[in-house]
Amino acid sequence: MPNQAQLLPGTLDLLILKAVSLGPLHGYGALLRIGQISGSALIVEQGALYPALFRLVRQGLLKAKWGTSENNRRAKFYELTSLGRKRLREETDGWNRLAAAMGSVLAAQPE
Amino acid sequence: MQLLSYLRSVAAKFFRRSQLEDEMEEELRSHIQHRADDLERSGLDRSAAERRARLEFGSRERSKEECREALGGNFIETLVMDVRFSLRVLRKSPGFTITAVLTLALAIGANAVVFGLLNGLILRPVDVPQPESLYGIERSDEDNPVESYPDYLDLRDRNRSFDGLAAYRITEAGLDTGKDPSRVFLFEVSGNYFDALRIQPYLGRFFHASDERGPNSAPYIALSYAYWHTHFQDDRGVLGRVVQVNKHPFTILGVAPPGFHGTLLFAYPDFFLPMINQEQVEGRNILNARGIAWIYLALGHLKAGVTPPRAIADLNSIGSYLEKTYPKERGQIRYSLSRPSLYGDFLGRRVQMFLTALMLLAGLILLAACANLGSLFAARAADRSREVALRLALGAKRARILRTLFTEAALISLAGGALGLWGSVALLRGMSAWQPVPRYPITLPVNADVNVYGIALLLALVSGILFALVPVRQVLRTDPYQIVKSGSTGAPGRRITFRDLLLVAQIAICAVLVTSSLVAVRGLVRSLHSDFGFDPRNVTIVDTDLSMAGYSGERVPEMQRRMLEAMRTVPGVESVGLIDWPPLISGAYNDSYVFRDLATDLRPSNAVASPFSFRMSPEYFQAAGTALLAGRTFSWHDDKNTPRVAVVNREFAVKMFGSAGNALGHFYKLRDGTRIQVVGIVESGKYKGITDDSAPAMFFPILQSPTLATNLVIRSSRDPRQVSGAIRNTLRDLDRALPYYIGTWSQQLDDFALFPSHVATVSLGVLGVMGAMLSITGIFGMAAYSVSGRLKELGIRIAIGAQPKEVLQAALGRAFKLLAFGSAAGLILGILAARVLASIVYQASPRDPLVLAGVIVAMLLLGLLATWIPAQRALSIDPLALLREE
Repeated sequence: MPNQAQLLPGTLDLLILKAVSLGPLHGYGALLRIGQISGSALIVEQGALYPALFRLVRQGLLKAKWGTSENNRRAKFYELTSLGRKRLREETDGWNRLAAAMGSVLAAQPE
Repeated sequence: MQLLSYLRSVAAKFFRRSQLEDEMEEELRSHIQHRADDLERSGLDRSAAERRARLEFGSRERSKEECREALGGNFIETLVMDVRFSLRVLRKSPGFTITAVLTLALAIGANAVVFGLLNGLILRPVDVPQPESLYGIERSDEDNPVESYPDYLDLRDRNRSFDGLAAYRITEAGLDTGKDPSRVFLFEVSGNYFDALRIQPYLGRFFHASDERGPNSAPYIALSYAYWHTHFQDDRGVLGRVVQVNKHPFTILGVAPPGFHGTLLFAYPDFFLPMINQEQVEGRNILNARGIAWIYLALGHLKAGVTPPRAIADLNSIGSYLEKTYPKERGQIRYSLSRPSLYGDFLGRRVQMFLTALMLLAGLILLAACANLGSLFAARAADRSREVALRLALGAKRARILRTLFTEAALISLAGGALGLWGSVALLRGMSAWQPVPRYPITLPVNADVNVYGIALLLALVSGILFALVPVRQVLRTDPYQIVKSGSTGAPGRRITFRDLLLVAQIAICAVLVTSSLVAVRGLVRSLHSDFGFDPRNVTIVDTDLSMAGYSGERVPEMQRRMLEAMRTVPGVESVGLIDWPPLISGAYNDSYVFRDLATDLRPSNAVASPFSFRMSPEYFQAAGTALLAGRTFSWHDDKNTPRVAVVNREFAVKMFGSAGNALGHFYKLRDGTRIQVVGIVESGKYKGITDDSAPAMFFPILQSPTLATNLVIRSSRDPRQVSGAIRNTLRDLDRALPYYIGTWSQQLDDFALFPSHVATVSLGVLGVMGAMLSITGIFGMAAYSVSGRLKELGIRIAIGAQPKEVLQAALGRAFKLLAFGSAAGLILGILAARVLASIVYQASPRDPLVLAGVIVAMLLLGLLATWIPAQRALSIDPLALLREE
């Protein structure tokens, strides 16, 4: 996959929050959603996903409950808490500012 | 609130641990199932899809581990988890666990006991308010801090440094409370004693300096709390009651508080009595005698702002005043200060020396135990290298593995420390309850306190964790791929490892301990059979003081003759003698000076010697079994109407007259100018302590030199225990009211003169056994490890025809080499250390072929014992079975 980008450190949490903000997801679902919305450009390592999910739950940004998946299998579904929504907004703003700044810096032409 | 919810979440996690684990497992499984579903849809069959999904996911364990960290990366929870894991691991290797825990328990126990002694006897002050400013006055030119009463008064009234200077003397008396008269121990104290020490009565009141209005003016006593509790059953009505002390009426004024046992740590008096009334207790008035030093110790609190050096300067100026004012009685006097709790430096220094030596040995034990633990942990780490490698390969972090190693070490230290402490607390409690000398109320107040617990715990943790560090390098260096592939840690035959050095050090320490305990035991055995200058076998001693039953003046010698005659009629008695203080069991006195007959200036500096002096009946030498070398002993005609005579020992004769032959019939002078003629010479002996050098002694007849202290020396042809009943009956017929103590001379020697040797021998013996046990486990560990590590090599050797001898040499040669090396080093060190012992244990000499042989045999036995099982294992290797396993 030539278009794959390296995940920047610290961005995994943001990606997960964003993925889950679109609707409750189980772990594998979150993985697929991230791949789908990034057009397969961002691939999350499977083993690294769960520690991140657990961390977000512990921080109170996500909450989890067991349910049944579209495959008719038992799975743990994650959704955003209000705190998680707030954090997502903040992080998104921060990220956008950074991306804009980086973009303008990198777009600068020699005069 | 936050803390509370945190704790609740920790607790919840702790209790829901297994549920959480299950959920985690299920979630990951669900993930893999979902992935497999997708893969299956893309055309793989189910089993291939699942395998592929698992592979894609990578290490599930690692992921779970990270989840756990993300979930509860808190300290307590990880700790709990580590502890549970370590417990499980330790339970799986009980041999290792038990050895390590016991090793540590032994060492910690030994150290806690010795520290408990040090803590109870040296570090602890007398139980008075502001003990840090309490000092006793010592004479730096004399061994003993004793003072005469007039000197004490001068010190008390002329010093500007003490906030009240008190004095005490320990003595015995007969106490009659209306029931049977009994022997009691009391402190004769100065009137200001309680005020100077700032002690308040528990009940009633104490006497004060203002009660002293001349000799025998203060007939009051203050009971100790313990005596009041046991003998008066806490009866508050005792206040004001009149009791008889040595047949003189005294009024009970009050009771001392429970914590106050007088100003000695190890001897508790039954009551306190003003020393101004000493004549009624001692039978003669010595309040004005500047030449008789009978006050045990003068002590008091230094005034605020007065430093010890200033106080000493102050005291020395009083000393030079005394020297100028009483040139006849006083030579130069230099004073110093000391802590009074162990009777000043006199006992304090000796006890401190002994305990310091003991602490040193206990420290060596700890070191040996640590060496042992170090090699145990190292061997274990080597044995577990495969497991460690496997865990590393499965994705465990090195830090995590080290953590579990440390948790194991901490658990072992805690268990060992707790076990050792438990044992030592029990031992210390036993020691505190123990009365080493039944004749005297001596106790060892050494119950464990917070200090002991703290030290034990600290030692346990430090030593345990320190030696858990040994295998850290091993873990950090582990290369999982190498080990999993080859199955061996690899580098046998390295020249000298750290563990070898530890083991040699440990064997050396053990050899030191074995050497010194053998030296001590030999010394003790020899001193039991050495020549005391008398023969204590089959001798019963009746120890009494006629003043306790109110005898005085002419009635004293009359009663003493009646007692001697009555004893002679007891069946089985061969001879009976009387002496004021029997040698070696009752602190003989050598406070008098003797001068040549021609001397005129009778100052102490001109004295020829200060011999031990005894007062005795004519038959004493016969009863004691002391050989008369020349001349005669006394007769009952040596009385007040005939010239003063004495029997001296050979040492005295040589010192005074140049040789034993010159002494007979010649004269010498006492301090007061009295001329004494020598009529007999006896063999020299031991008088005060068993380790003393030969000292001069003189014996006076009781009719010329009366004594109230009366010790009947009764030699019987039968076992002394069989005659004691008849002796008791005879004494009762003589005087019902006379309290006495009866015992055999040998038994009292054991209790008294040989007591330090006994203590030294027992403690060294115990430490020696501990050292030996530690060495055995150490050598065993090393040998067992070296055999198990080389099973394959040994198997091949056997397969190609090696003889048992060669196999053993290959397997255990190294262990024995280390043993020999360590033993030799230890033996040399032990011989050096035994010189110190010689000052405590009589005739302890390390240059004794029996000791040398004993040490070598002991170390050999030890080696054999420790290598027996590994040797059996090496010999029983079946090469075929071994090769099949590989």
